[in-house]
Amino acid sequence: MMTQIVFYVFAAVLVLSATMVVCARNPVHSVLFLILAFFNAAGLFLIAGAEFLAMTLVIVYVGAVAVLFLFVVMMLDVNFAQMREGVQRYAPIGGVVGGVLLVELIMAFTHWRVASNIGQIRHLVPSSPERTNTAALGDVLYTHYIFLFQSCALVLLVAMIGAIVLTLRDRPTGRRQDIDRQHDRTPADSLEMLQVPLGAGVAAQGGFLRPHTSYDVASVPGSYGTEAWREQGEEEETQTALVIIPPAAGTKGQDDA
Amino acid sequence: MHSAIEGIGLAPYLSIGAILLVLGVFGIFVNRKNVIIILMSIELILLSANINFVAFSAATGDLSGQVMTLFVLTIAAAESAIGLAIVTVYFRNRGSIEVDDITMMKG
Repeated sequence: MMTQIVFYVFAAVLVLSATMVVCARNPVHSVLFLILAFFNAAGLFLIAGAEFLAMTLVIVYVGAVAVLFLFVVMMLDVNFAQMREGVQRYAPIGGVVGGVLLVELIMAFTHWRVASNIGQIRHLVPSSPERTNTAALGDVLYTHYIFLFQSCALVLLVAMIGAIVLTLRDRPTGRRQDIDRQHDRTPADSLEMLQVPLGAGVAAQGGFLRPHTSYDVASVPGSYGTEAWREQGEEEETQTALVIIPPAAGTKGQDDA
Repeated sequence: MHSAIEGIGLAPYLSIGAILLVLGVFGIFVNRKNVIIILMSIELILLSANINFVAFSAATGDLSGQVMTLFVLTIAAAESAIGLAIVTVYFRNRGSIEVDDITMMKG
């Protein structure tokens, strides 16, 4: 009696939350009702004696799939108000199709019976108090259904790769590693020795200038802080990365030094 | 019949499965503007299949149904991951997830 009450409570909440998944105005509410529906389905599984599947349902669906849905719903900047516009238009069609389906299912349910030789067809042991559901399921899964099990792993692998490939994109602003450029780099490209007078600093040599193109092209030797470089880079002056220290009046650039 | 399903019987389980299936199909038809809710409806349909599998497994005392449920769970997880990836890419390209807009592949 207690089992029946629990069953019908779970079933009622399951059907109600499934209805709300379909009918909720806000997709976030839909996802939350989906989570509730999965919890109640797990309860139904427990009542039917499938403990392992109930726990799997909670972990896989509530822990992974529903959170994935929640991520996507919150990530996409969709105007949810106009999403509901077509509901009145499509509700009659959906109602007709659903009603026809329900009537067909009811007709099918009223005209079926369990085969009398079901005892002979069955070849797998069910769970028992001595053997837990998980152990029995593992026995069956890893003996009779091992190839199906491994192909499931393959399906998951393909799904993972597919999802990554679909959503991966190259951002134009991203800084990617360029192995060839790194290997082509020599000390002469990036390092320049200056004779700096005592107490004057690099300002006496024409200032220190970082090539603003240093991320894109290999820098030219001898171009640090020289007049030639500065003239060349004048039109893109705003992109200069570091502060330019202007040379003192009368001093010359380092190329004369 | 061996488990607690004895006190309930097979018919209520099958009825719940049928109601969930109908709700999922109804949801696919009604939510023409939102692909995400269509994906959730597909999850509901697969859940109804799972409930039927588990109910028959418990009623006949055969564990094959529960193994099948495990596989259906796997497929459902893979399907929703791929579906949501497609929705994300589509939204990035078109700025909308309406089903009626997805006509680019029409010749």
